Amino acid sequence: MARKSETKGRVWLGRAVWAGGLLPLAMLVYRGYMGRLGADPIAVAMNQLGLLALVLLLLSLACTPLRIVTKAAWPIAIRRTLGLLGFGYATLHVAMYAVVDQGLDLPSIIDDVTTRPFTIFGALTWLLLLPLAATSSKKAVQALGAVTWRRLHKLAYVCGALAIVHFTLRVKKDYSEPLLYGSVLALLLAIRVVDAIRRRRAVASSGETRQGGRT
Amino acid sequence: MARDPDEPRSSDITPEDAYHSRRIFMRNAGLATAGAVAFGGGLWALSSRGVDGIPAPEPGPMPSVSVAKPPPDIEAESKALEKELTSLSSVTTYNNFYEFGLGKGDPARNAGTLRPRPWSVRVEGECNKPTTFGIEDLLSSFPQEERIYRFRCVEAWSMVIPWLGFSLSKLIDKVEPTSRAKYVAFTTLHDPTQMPGQSGGALDWPYVEGLRIDEAMHPLAILATGLYGKLLPHQNGAPLRLVVPWKYGFKGIKSIVKIALTEKPPTTTWNAAAPGEYGFFANVNPTVDHPRWTQATERRIGDLERRKTLMFNGYAAKVASLYASMDLRRQF
Repeated sequence: MARKSETKGRVWLGRAVWAGGLLPLAMLVYRGYMGRLGADPIAVAMNQLGLLALVLLLLSLACTPLRIVTKAAWPIAIRRTLGLLGFGYATLHVAMYAVVDQGLDLPSIIDDVTTRPFTIFGALTWLLLLPLAATSSKKAVQALGAVTWRRLHKLAYVCGALAIVHFTLRVKKDYSEPLLYGSVLALLLAIRVVDAIRRRRAVASSGETRQGGRT
Repeated sequence: MARDPDEPRSSDITPEDAYHSRRIFMRNAGLATAGAVAFGGGLWALSSRGVDGIPAPEPGPMPSVSVAKPPPDIEAESKALEKELTSLSSVTTYNNFYEFGLGKGDPARNAGTLRPRPWSVRVEGECNKPTTFGIEDLLSSFPQEERIYRFRCVEAWSMVIPWLGFSLSKLIDKVEPTSRAKYVAFTTLHDPTQMPGQSGGALDWPYVEGLRIDEAMHPLAILATGLYGKLLPHQNGAPLRLVVPWKYGFKGIKSIVKIALTEKPPTTTWNAAAPGEYGFFANVNPTVDHPRWTQATERRIGDLERRKTLMFNGYAAKVASLYASMDLRRQF
């Protein structure tokens, strides 16, 4: 009985996260259509899509630390959804840059992506997100094997860091926001590192006990 | 015993488990919807920058001032730009004026605390007749001209703005500069009670800017007192601001209280803040990129497509000679 309602709860949680995650996109599209995005709507939309991608990526990265700290299992159930939402917004951000902002001007885009650190970091972030999105499903975990899959998905932290550098390079003077998100990423990483150290110590000490127990 | 036909049959009674599961469904759906809205709303709040619903206060009417026509060549260029005018709403709600906040909509929201009257401008330094002008003196002594200029921000967006103002050269002539006057230095008001952003450290306050004397004496350089035929709104730099249309917008210092003629090149705020990114000359130049973004194209506010940036913002014919002997890549 408890298991059934737990699963049901998970299903509803998953639906809520999807719907909630897409709500900002709907609002952005609506506002854009109504001309309520200010004097430079393209810049506003691009910036907002980018920030949404970063926030959702960080939320996805927060799931395992949350489980470590609270021992709850539900964060893992929505981790994939949050990650895919983040990738979706990142893709829209990149698409808007290439199609709307640059008008598919290939020489200009190539120049940006090869010579300007700001765009280089952005392009790298998205490129590294691609394999993560492609291997996000349960099938992929089975195909790769849990150990390889976990190693690959550590890239998510790299993507978070690259995205924050990209954000920092965009800022003209006000570093408060990228600093805030950088601190969040650092905290999440710290929780994972401390947990990994603890588990390694636990394995090492239980090994000794076993040996000591043998006569 | 006849059954009352209005009473439900016992076979119509909803089965108990169906009743419970429907109630549970409704409850779960309600919770999920509320959760989705809260989550989505939170994401929106984190990622959006209040660009909507910015109050666009009506600029005050221009007091009766003498109006003059600009020099004929400048007037012809103005007329040609008339069809490209940027909307008053955009001009007055999309501003970089860090004294009132870092967001583009902040100056329109927060510049109510500025008090442009009474206002005086001190003109001094290497000159024979240093003078303090009241803003009313400036409005009445110098006939105001309508100048429609392109405006290009260093951030690669641009506008076309119908300024009202007078030639800076006229003011400088009035104070009789000496031969030692090689530069002109400008200073903004420094009063955190009127300009709350000055309590923060975004930039060093007060904002300062400068021009070489030949740039300052050029007929295109104006001191603006109004736009769209009305008094300059607070967020556009009331009551007096500089407009040098062939340079990036940050050279257009706002809410000026002091103009000094100097021998040495003056400090300029953005150049001091990031010398690798913002130069003293700051001439609009599509061939010299900002370290972090290209200056070859710009977005005209109101347009969907980007456009090519023009050398000297389209004023090359009039100003290129000022820089003929300079390496514009080094002296940017």
